[in-house]
Amino acid sequence: MEVQQFYYDNKIVKKFIYATILWGLVGMSVGLMIAFMFVFPNYTSGISWLSFGRLRPLHTNAVIFAFVGNAMFAGIYYSSQRLLKARMFKDWISDFHFWGWQLIIVAAAISLPLGYTTSKEYAELEWPIDVAIALVWVAFGVNLIGTIIKRRERHLYVAIWFYIATFVTIAVLHIFNSLALPVSFMKSYSVYAGVQDALVQWWYGHNAVAFFLTTPFLGLMYYFVPKAANRPVYSYRLSIIHFWSLIFLYIWAGPHHLLYTALPEWAQNLGVAFSIMLLMPSWGGMINGLLTLRGAWDKVRTDPVLKFMVVAITGYGMATFEGPLLSIKYFNAIAHFTDWIVAHVHVGALAWNGFLAFGMIYYLIPKMFKTKLYSLKLANAHFWIGTLGIILYALPMYVAGFMQATMWKQFNPLGGLVYGNFLDTVTQIIPMYWMRAIGGSMYIIGAFIMLYNIVKTVKSGSAVEDELAEAPELKKIIKGRLVGENWHRVLERKPVKLTILATITILIGGALQILPTIFVKSNIPTISSVKPYTPLELEGRDLYIREGCVGCHSQMIRPFRSEVERYGEYSKAGEFVYDHPFLWGSKRTGPDLHRIGSKYNNAWHFNHMFDPSSTSPGSIMPRYQWLVHDKLDISDTKDKLEVMVTLGVPYSNEEIENVYNSMEQQATEIANDLMKVEAISTSFEEEKAEKGADFVPLKNREIIAVIAYLQRLGTDIKVKN
Amino acid sequence: MTGIDGIEIYPIISLLIFFIFFSLLFVWVFTAKKQHIEDMSNLPFDTTNNDKPIL
Repeated sequence: MEVQQFYYDNKIVKKFIYATILWGLVGMSVGLMIAFMFVFPNYTSGISWLSFGRLRPLHTNAVIFAFVGNAMFAGIYYSSQRLLKARMFKDWISDFHFWGWQLIIVAAAISLPLGYTTSKEYAELEWPIDVAIALVWVAFGVNLIGTIIKRRERHLYVAIWFYIATFVTIAVLHIFNSLALPVSFMKSYSVYAGVQDALVQWWYGHNAVAFFLTTPFLGLMYYFVPKAANRPVYSYRLSIIHFWSLIFLYIWAGPHHLLYTALPEWAQNLGVAFSIMLLMPSWGGMINGLLTLRGAWDKVRTDPVLKFMVVAITGYGMATFEGPLLSIKYFNAIAHFTDWIVAHVHVGALAWNGFLAFGMIYYLIPKMFKTKLYSLKLANAHFWIGTLGIILYALPMYVAGFMQATMWKQFNPLGGLVYGNFLDTVTQIIPMYWMRAIGGSMYIIGAFIMLYNIVKTVKSGSAVEDELAEAPELKKIIKGRLVGENWHRVLERKPVKLTILATITILIGGALQILPTIFVKSNIPTISSVKPYTPLELEGRDLYIREGCVGCHSQMIRPFRSEVERYGEYSKAGEFVYDHPFLWGSKRTGPDLHRIGSKYNNAWHFNHMFDPSSTSPGSIMPRYQWLVHDKLDISDTKDKLEVMVTLGVPYSNEEIENVYNSMEQQATEIANDLMKVEAISTSFEEEKAEKGADFVPLKNREIIAVIAYLQRLGTDIKVKN
Repeated sequence: MTGIDGIEIYPIISLLIFFIFFSLLFVWVFTAKKQHIEDMSNLPFDTTNNDKPIL
């Protein structure tokens, strides 16, 4: 058999590692910025693109897709070439993938602060960027599968299976969750509404965690942990069970994000059952990773790469124990909407993803630069400050979560809420927010130490951009099995069949769960008094989406005595049938808003938006003064209504023709009501006198649309006195 | 749920899918030859590239 010589492409790996470090620092810094907004709510006051609601999605997207994404690609490009004994399929596709991905990140970093968002968590990017993501993702897939096809190693190592599942599933999730009708460039409406949108979104959201943050990193674990420990994986058999059962079960678990909501009960229970089962493969994988270090534990004392990996795998174990726990309805009733969830995701992100990425970087850079790590001491310092940072981040958030849950639910003997004012809870947990910010700072300091260490290491070595390797050519097997070969071994060398099987496995769960909710009418009982939003309210809703209000406020009152007492009648599935997209939210930093309509008068909302602490002393909501100053853009309103009609919202032709009259009328009513307040009218009279012709009347400003929307919320089924 | 035609078949289908899926998985894993499993788990250690321990 002819032995062939070829070169591994280290340059692309190097580029992805640099991008990982850069975007990691950016994403974490934005996280720290918004962590400090909990204790200094107004330190960016007046700058709309630096407000909490707009920066939060930037933080989550940067960490998930920029930091973890680039780390994943670096690891996949390095390990796939070596496991398949081939250079990546095409250099130009590798480059297209790299630069395309960075361009998408830059587009996100610009568009999210400017308020271009779909509001769907971890899928906030607007449709042109979504299209670009699909293209670049396909390029990645072509490159990966192309490399697999031209490989020189007969069988596919389990890491490669995890990479294949990642590619296939993220493609399916991204496409189906991002289906939307564009209104204009950078504005679109989800094709799904209300309950269905929620189900599709959390099918996506949960599996973004599963197939973007977990499966690729498990693949990396199965490659880099054995390499770093210099011994094979503990049980290859277990890794096969781990892979298939994990992808089979994960895809069903999404509805655990929607327990006690208006989602049909059967879908909730399905999500619970599968989430609990998920514990088995997850812990199987964790044990497999940790036991790979059997007989090498002494190395963990000295080798920072292994230290990082051990904490990463432990973090994976903790997060995947907590996940099933949080999916049990009893615990979910306590934890959902609180900071407990924030603690949970950060154990996953900081420990599992962050530390595995750091371990991998410390392993790869010296190897690819043919040198030693500049400083072991600094790497150890990074490890310890990072580990303490994780603990100091997570613990206060757990405490905050318990405090929120217990205070929200506490009744006095007369049957009333002990802490009826939402702010009672907020002001209690400010010390926790302080500690969280300190923990986060420590973690980032660690990452900066790594940056210095890596720069020094790179400078001391010389990059091997094309690494020589040799392997025998792979002989073609024409048909059927080899002598003595089992059917599963056939599958292990058939990448296309394996890909198809993996796709079927993930589609079963998705289809059985989602299709009935979309097509079986009885799942969402309609309510005749629920009507579409007026054009002004719709514009107000789009402002609510633009400002990222959903990041802190839910619109989903669960059927608990404590919530009904605090917020009003619990939310029904039929109330959301015109909500493209749904805005149920996942976190209550502030109170639920589903029944906010007509709870306060217009002037209250006006004052509250201008300065929340004027109406709610102690509030940590930032000021939204630009809503009061800026003119409402109504150039797309008509198009928006027409798109809504296409999506099945019953606006009549007459309503669409009269759109500007009806907006004018509703806006004037609200503006006149506000002008009755002396302080407001005086200040506007003064502004008018000052600005003259440039003056924008109150009725044409954004705040009016927001008030119209807020006053409408949840009122369709209100019993009128 | 009870309003959906043919809903009774769902639990049976689900059970079957599960049973078959995991049965096949276990057959796969436990009929695999030891030598093959060992070869597979040693794939990351092929010496054709110049892997040297770091540090």
